[in-house]
Amino acid sequence: MSLIEASSEAEHTPGITPAVRGKGPWQLAWERLQRDRAAMVSLAVICVIVLLAVFAPVFAAVTGHGPQDQFPETGLTPEGLPVGPGSGFWLGADSLGRDLFVRLLYGARVSLLVGVLSTLLATVFGVVTGMLAGFYGGWVDGVLARLLDVVLSFPYLLVAIVLVAALGAGVPLMILVIAFFSFAAMARVVRGQTMAYKEREFVEAARSLGASKLRTMFVDLLPNLVAPVTVLASLLIPTAIVFEATLSFLGLGVDPRTPSWGAILADSTDYYRVAPGLLIFPALLLLITTLAFNLLGDGIRDALDPRSDRLLSRK
Amino acid sequence: MTALLRVNDVRKYFPIKEGLLIRREVGRVHAVDGVTLEVQPGETLGIVGESGCGKSTLARCIAGLHEVTSGSIEYHGLDRSRGQIQMIFQDPYGSLNPRRRVGSIIADPLVIHRSGTPAERRNRVRELMELVGLNPEHYNRFPAEFSGGQRQRIGIARALALRPRLIVCDEPVSALDVSIQAQVINLLKDLQSELGLTYVFIAHDLSVVRYVSDRVAVMYLGKVVEIAPAEQLYRSPQHPYTNALLSAASVADPDLAAKRERILLTGDVPSPILPPPACRFHPRCPKAAPRCSAEEPLLLGEDHRTACHYPGVMI
Amino acid sequence: MWRFVIRRALFGLLVLWLVATTVFLLFFAGPADSVARRLAGPRAPQEVVNQIRDTLGLDRPLTQQYLGFLNKLLHGDLGTSFISQTPVSTLIMASLPATLWLVAGAAALWLTAGVTGGVICATAPRSLRDRLITVTVLAGISLPTFVLGIFMIFLALSVFPWLGLAPGPYIPPLEDIRGFFQVMIMPWITLAVVQAAVYVRLTRGSMLDTLGEDYIRTARAKGAPEHRVTYRHGLRAALTPVVTQFGVDIGALLGGVVVTESVFGLQGLGQLMIRSVRDGDLPVIIGAAVLAAAFIVVANILVDIAYSFLDPRVRLT
Repeated sequence: MSLIEASSEAEHTPGITPAVRGKGPWQLAWERLQRDRAAMVSLAVICVIVLLAVFAPVFAAVTGHGPQDQFPETGLTPEGLPVGPGSGFWLGADSLGRDLFVRLLYGARVSLLVGVLSTLLATVFGVVTGMLAGFYGGWVDGVLARLLDVVLSFPYLLVAIVLVAALGAGVPLMILVIAFFSFAAMARVVRGQTMAYKEREFVEAARSLGASKLRTMFVDLLPNLVAPVTVLASLLIPTAIVFEATLSFLGLGVDPRTPSWGAILADSTDYYRVAPGLLIFPALLLLITTLAFNLLGDGIRDALDPRSDRLLSRK
Repeated sequence: MTALLRVNDVRKYFPIKEGLLIRREVGRVHAVDGVTLEVQPGETLGIVGESGCGKSTLARCIAGLHEVTSGSIEYHGLDRSRGQIQMIFQDPYGSLNPRRRVGSIIADPLVIHRSGTPAERRNRVRELMELVGLNPEHYNRFPAEFSGGQRQRIGIARALALRPRLIVCDEPVSALDVSIQAQVINLLKDLQSELGLTYVFIAHDLSVVRYVSDRVAVMYLGKVVEIAPAEQLYRSPQHPYTNALLSAASVADPDLAAKRERILLTGDVPSPILPPPACRFHPRCPKAAPRCSAEEPLLLGEDHRTACHYPGVMI
Repeated sequence: MWRFVIRRALFGLLVLWLVATTVFLLFFAGPADSVARRLAGPRAPQEVVNQIRDTLGLDRPLTQQYLGFLNKLLHGDLGTSFISQTPVSTLIMASLPATLWLVAGAAALWLTAGVTGGVICATAPRSLRDRLITVTVLAGISLPTFVLGIFMIFLALSVFPWLGLAPGPYIPPLEDIRGFFQVMIMPWITLAVVQAAVYVRLTRGSMLDTLGEDYIRTARAKGAPEHRVTYRHGLRAALTPVVTQFGVDIGALLGGVVVTESVFGLQGLGQLMIRSVRDGDLPVIIGAAVLAAAFIVVANILVDIAYSFLDPRVRLT
């Protein structure tokens, strides 16, 4: 035994202090992310938008303007044009005399709901399908992979339009449509990663220990998939938000009475020469939100995989 | 003494499939092609050969990771379902899941086989880490925080968790620095005498095999060409292939090196898809005679068995 | 080679059949009255619903309707619009030129800008100009097409009215070349900006990968001048994924540049699609959808063939 002790002594690297709990990959990634200024600003922006959306009713109460209330007296000028930003209407009113600020906050609820829910759905189903296809392989995988290729080669706006035409507009349908396409992207990535990890020796090691396939997939593979899945999910959210806004802009998204950034922008096209705020504020909000999610997603990618090519090299 | 393990005429073929829609079998890789051998309790059986000779496949068949194509493997008093056969893998980087803590990796076999309470498992993991010369305080660290040698100790601890009787070591030190190799090999030897383990030890480094093995089997293109007690095999190799292997290796014993003639192998290892008929070594054999390409030599002899029509030291 | 083309074509037909069947089932599966009600719209009087059910033969068994539908489709008969009573094929032919010109012009712009931008970034990674371009690209990717379009119109009408640019219906170039450009320039730029962002990213990544390859180092080591290394050895190999993406994009866009056409009021296929969806003009929706799918399928086959010419490692089997 003396030999073993001696050799273990020799192998203890002096640089490593024997901390009881080592820093996990997540902790390290979080520390890297904290050093990434653009990502942290984006995270803060996203938090503010989420808070604004959550407390939208509070703002409605403070201003006394409900999201659907029309104020022909105070919201419109005597000539019937929308009033500009001021103390009554913080960001002005729209063509029907509704409070733009309050409507934008309620619109944020729709955008975030659609963005997050559809991505969540897509992630759960995409991960399960991708893992099963990649892990089991065979003809199931062959059919599935080809199917995903076909789904991904179709322009999803067009498919969404046909579906809306057949089934009618609405938030649930929109979430399902977006989730379906995001699902295909997610499943393809997860499948590729699973196939790569399947060949690694630790999966064989698990098998040699008698682990079931299910246990191998969820205990051994899943932790390795979290990084790419997180990155893709954070990039799918802004795509979903833009998609919702686009469909609503085309009049095919949510119910036209529901305040949604896309629908508000569609309304603005007739009025922006007299009320440019009607165009500028929702457009800016949409741009800031998607940019923040994209920057955060990029930051997460860098933090999780420091070797990857940074789209925005900051140092 | 009854054998612990008996391998009877085991064959393992891997089908090669082609075609996009309908995949037909167009050929087979004859990875292991009729191997018969025994492993005695408490001994170390070394298996050597060039890469692609089927030694790793044979190891995986013994560990139960591959179904054999034909033939049988009899276990005497070994219960695979109770984890009495374990495996140590070649790549200390690939065989440990990078996203899991070391403690949970070592506890894996205990969890899979539902052995003990969580508290008992924790104690067992600490015990095992101490046994293989690791600091038990480090059980919460990740594999990336350990050196290659330490990682291989983690793999050994994992293999020991269920108190196995047979451990299949698949080139356990070939990925390590030479200075670390000796430490890991000595650990394996100490564990063997302490715990009464039996090893099947795969390697391509002849000097490592000679040091650890009681008996050595030499494989060429899926077949055992010579099997003998280690010292005997190294002192008086009978098969020309063994001879060639030994003369290619650096020898620490100058007397022996002087006595031995250097035999250089010409040509490449033939494809295991279409192995040469009769004696598989005849296309590269310096002693090949007409009989060698017509009639397959059998593995003959008592303790020292050779599959060659013209055995003996090179003239 | 021919075996490959034939097999891909068969697969393409399979996809088209799946698309047609899916669209058919989406609209026609269900009890006759509820299908007719859906087609007529929620506020249509009962007589209209009955009339739709009778003229379309919605009472017949679904398989019979389906076979009739397929039969017509195979003969190239896309039916007649409910609204304008003109054949769907006539409507499509009338919308095609606007979309073709839009995609062709924008493609020229985004390909030039995208590849140039990507090469500039890749030849000096992490430099100031690389960073500037990549930030712009990220903004471009985050920018929804319709927001960009509205801003373009806002600028054209309010800030630069003397440019004479205006959104408006499509004008054929042979009729009025000046009017053609005045109408098309904004849609071209709008579509190109969004696409170019993707192409910069793609070219930059692919170029950086290629420049890291061994044979590039070999070319440098043997003393080839740097611009020759970049363009002759690097760019050529780096362009393969760009060409693939380009083919796929063209196929997808020809099916309808929905948003851009909508914002600028160009009467192309996308606009036709949107209008027929708003009006519930079923034959037009189905016709446009199948045509869009056909564009995508053909583009994908062409991409695969082009791929084998560009990348000698790919063999078509």
